[in-house]
Amino acid sequence: MKKQRLLIRTVILLLLGAAVAYTLYANFTKDEVQKVEVGKKAPDFVLTDLNGEKHQLSDYEGEGVLLNFWATWCKPCEKEMPFLNNQYQAYKDQGVHVIAVNVGESNVAVSDFSKRYDLQFPIVTDKDSQVMTAYGVDPLPITFLIDKQGNVVEIHKGQIVAEADVTEMMEKIKP
Amino acid sequence: MITLSENLLYIAFVLYLLSIPFFGGAIKQKKNLDHQQNSSKWATIGIVISSLGFASQLGFFFTRWSIAGHAPVSNLFEFTTFFGMCLVGAFIIIYFIYKTPLLGLFTMPIALLVIAFASMFPTDISPLIPALQSDWLHIHVTTVALGEAILAVSFGAALIYLVKVIDQTKNSKSTTWLEVVMYGLIATLGFVIVVSAFSFADYKAEFNWVDKNENEAKVEYHLPALVGPNQGELLTEGKMEPLVSVPGIINAKKLNTVIWSFGAGILLYGLLRLVLRKRIGAALKPFTKNINLDLVDEISYRSVLIGFPVFTLGGLVFAMIWAQIAWTRFWGWDPKEVWALITWLFYAAFLHLRLSKGWHGEKSAWLAVIGFIIIMFNLVAVNLVIAGLHSYAGS
Amino acid sequence: MNQVKCDCGHVNPHGTILCEACGKIIEDGTQITAEPVIDMRYEGSARRSQTYNKSIIDKVWNFFSSVKVGVWLIIVTLIASSLGTILPQEMYIPTIMPVAEYYEDQYGWFGRLYYDLGFHNLYSSWWYLLLIAAIGVSLVICSLDRVVPLYRALKKQRVIRHESFLQRQRIYGSTNDPVNDQSFELVKEQLKKKRYNIREDNGNILAEKGRFSRWGPYVNHVGLIIFLIGSMLRFVPGMYIDEILWVREGETKVIPETDGQYYLRNVDFKLEVYDKETDNEAFGDALDSAGMVAKNYQSDVILYKTKGNTVAGEEPELEEVDSTSIRVNEPLKFEKFALYQVNYKLDELSKMSFLLTNKSTGKTFGDITVNLNDPEKLYELDNGYSVQLMSYFPDFEFGEDGNPTTKSRVPNNPAFVFKMFSPEKPEGEVSFVAIQQTIEPLGNNEYKMAFNGIETKDVTGLTVRKDLTLWIIGLGGLIFMIGVVQGAYWNHRRIWIQRKGDEVWVAAHTNKNWFGLKKEIQLVLEGTEIKEPLDQLKENQVDEGEKD
Repeated sequence: MKKQRLLIRTVILLLLGAAVAYTLYANFTKDEVQKVEVGKKAPDFVLTDLNGEKHQLSDYEGEGVLLNFWATWCKPCEKEMPFLNNQYQAYKDQGVHVIAVNVGESNVAVSDFSKRYDLQFPIVTDKDSQVMTAYGVDPLPITFLIDKQGNVVEIHKGQIVAEADVTEMMEKIKP
Repeated sequence: MITLSENLLYIAFVLYLLSIPFFGGAIKQKKNLDHQQNSSKWATIGIVISSLGFASQLGFFFTRWSIAGHAPVSNLFEFTTFFGMCLVGAFIIIYFIYKTPLLGLFTMPIALLVIAFASMFPTDISPLIPALQSDWLHIHVTTVALGEAILAVSFGAALIYLVKVIDQTKNSKSTTWLEVVMYGLIATLGFVIVVSAFSFADYKAEFNWVDKNENEAKVEYHLPALVGPNQGELLTEGKMEPLVSVPGIINAKKLNTVIWSFGAGILLYGLLRLVLRKRIGAALKPFTKNINLDLVDEISYRSVLIGFPVFTLGGLVFAMIWAQIAWTRFWGWDPKEVWALITWLFYAAFLHLRLSKGWHGEKSAWLAVIGFIIIMFNLVAVNLVIAGLHSYAGS
Repeated sequence: MNQVKCDCGHVNPHGTILCEACGKIIEDGTQITAEPVIDMRYEGSARRSQTYNKSIIDKVWNFFSSVKVGVWLIIVTLIASSLGTILPQEMYIPTIMPVAEYYEDQYGWFGRLYYDLGFHNLYSSWWYLLLIAAIGVSLVICSLDRVVPLYRALKKQRVIRHESFLQRQRIYGSTNDPVNDQSFELVKEQLKKKRYNIREDNGNILAEKGRFSRWGPYVNHVGLIIFLIGSMLRFVPGMYIDEILWVREGETKVIPETDGQYYLRNVDFKLEVYDKETDNEAFGDALDSAGMVAKNYQSDVILYKTKGNTVAGEEPELEEVDSTSIRVNEPLKFEKFALYQVNYKLDELSKMSFLLTNKSTGKTFGDITVNLNDPEKLYELDNGYSVQLMSYFPDFEFGEDGNPTTKSRVPNNPAFVFKMFSPEKPEGEVSFVAIQQTIEPLGNNEYKMAFNGIETKDVTGLTVRKDLTLWIIGLGGLIFMIGVVQGAYWNHRRIWIQRKGDEVWVAAHTNKNWFGLKKEIQLVLEGTEIKEPLDQLKENQVDEGEKD
């Protein structure tokens, strides 16, 4: 009976302790909870680029996709664009694509920007923020690396500071 | 109609005031007041007068409701008068259970102070902002006021207990603290007198000042400025220049009012001490001669027991339901919410100490006093000093 | 484990103070209760925690089982909570500058200290959460530790109690004169009228009522525990959603967190203020002193659901679900979601129109209207005139390099680079046009874009809320209220009437409201020879008032 009491007490205390530990843990990681997680399937989307062509993520299955969210007013986005542009040209024949999703600015602003930097990769515009909502994008820029199975391999938050980083990213998702 | 409504409040106030000498007279009769058969004529007159006053204040409440189209509990004046009315109501109910006129002698002055304090704030009938347009306004606020009023009765009873039980023949910690409580009540009276006097004299002094963000602003004082605002410059001619000025992060006008109130409190208290030639507690002690200590202790405890669920329901449960509807979340750590939680935690501790640790009598009475201070803090300081989402803030 | 056998034959667990069955004081030799009245808390039953203190588990258990510890936890939480109200919490301060700077800027060194101590976010700090958690643990263990023995003791109590038990009740009295059986019958009848449950043993009576009020504290603790579990579940992903949705008038937007299932169209946003003329005249004075007072914030909206499966970004096929208004206090609810009116922005620029004007003659050649959220590239006018929009900056400023740039995509301060084509200037003239300024970068132009009016739209800010923990929280609250009322508004009263030889002993106990109990005993014994018992505490009290 004494043993039983000890057992009951141990179980109750462990349960309570686990609940408390979980709550504390969850409370401190709550800001990091992402809509899109590494290792999970990237949400599919269809968006139209500046030339009126439709791009659907699932069509790229079998190839790697670097998905970049940006805006013309976002300075870090602006700085990483040339890196993306260069590496896109280096890797486009090796089955790696770059899709740059603009956060829903006017076509005038976007194409002006695109021309200024002579961007080669498709730029799509998320007019009513559907894709941004689906990916839980905030703040800009953010880059998702998606492998040939359509799974997210890496999420890079903030500016990509060096072109070598982009090369590394491309290598990761090269089919 | 508005005049009628306001007159009903005045009548109530006068009747409450009139009832006090009768409750006092009832004590003087030297009867054993523990038993209902002995309830005296004086006490009967007292309770009839206070009931009439209560009816009159109900009249004020409902006429004002019909004029405004919403229950008059939407600003500090309305809430505080309602709280005073609930206090009287709670006393009347408890009087009929325990037949103790002495409780009237202690609670009626508190109720009077509360109502007088209330009328120092703007008494305009104010329209409801969108967040307040809900039936939950009536449900939540009235239940909170009722709960707090019942808890305040426990303060009244606790005060009687302390006055009776504390040995006034020598100076002790207890006598000092009891005087502090008395002084607190007197300082409230001081506030009422000072504000009324200068408002009667129509005292207005305007200042230019610089706020904490280095912006120029204007402020109008209704009391002579002992404490002036940051880099204040008196604009109204012939009014008093401030003695000192405070940095911009301090609200000089409010601080000035506080200093005036405490100063007037000290003056009044000093005068009383001079006249009575003993501590206020000692002066009140003869009134409590015939009361049974156990009975007051029980009244105090039962008031907490009755008031605690009502307060929980109004101040936490209904509050959470409404907050979920109006503010999208049932709990947001707004100062007023936190202080409701603190009040609740305090009375929870009170009940546990009493039930499990056997804190009866004097200890329990001190706890009831602290509980009332917390309630008053939530009513006064949180509204006027720690502003928050609640609508009375800053008025 | 040494159990204690009472004289009455009942075997009590170790640690028992009063025999569960007959109530005799079980002396363990160490403490002799000198008090005239025995301590009836928990019926004198053995609180298990106090009796075993061996392993670390027992020690932890006993720590949390102590009411003293529980009360300390409450007091510490209370003081900690009050600290968080000294300065506004982080969530209530404006986001105009970094949090640390804000506190220092507004409140000086004290603000800095407040921030450094982490009090700006006190209620989600680890130590505050731990305090609440400790209260939760204390609730569970305290309740478990007490309710079981109390239940045993109340269940096992016998009608006939030990003499010492009766004599040392607070309310006790004996009648030496003979009492006849009719009086006993009368007492029983009167007890029944007062809704007492009566148990009899050999002519002795135990009358009891309101025992269920003894469970009140435990019921309310269960409620609190459920409430705390509900609050804990909030942290589980998917249980709680808090998003902001901004929708311009005329816009249709996907509602976040609905997996693209629901869309909302803002048909119209209204802000109404009280008007002295048309509203209740009683408000006049208040409006004079307060100025503008808001009367209504309202978004007229249409809620849509998508038909079939659409991929994000694809034009969805929408089906109207509801067409309604969202007001403060009147959220729009659908499925597990609720949309609340929480914010707005009035008069956001939506369209701007310009007249193509000859600067010297003032003659105009048609106007263009630029949709600021989706401008066209080319605006054709009659008679060979046209305007090309070369660049567009919705929220214009000059960047570090001196070139025009935009701060956001919101048209707060739109600026345009137009190229104006006319028969005289077929190669076009470039003009930079912003609010209140025009720059002609390539020399003097013949034409200008003359400002010709704006259109604005309101934007509504809605909170998207899903909270799957609400029902648990509500259930916890309900159970708590039931428990608290049960414990506070009912009393557990017991009256023992026993024959001891020729004497009749009456003793009574209640957990509270002795005044009420005494009055009730008075009524119950009315018309019998049995004497009213006395309140032993009262008799022993030295009442100064009556002595002098």
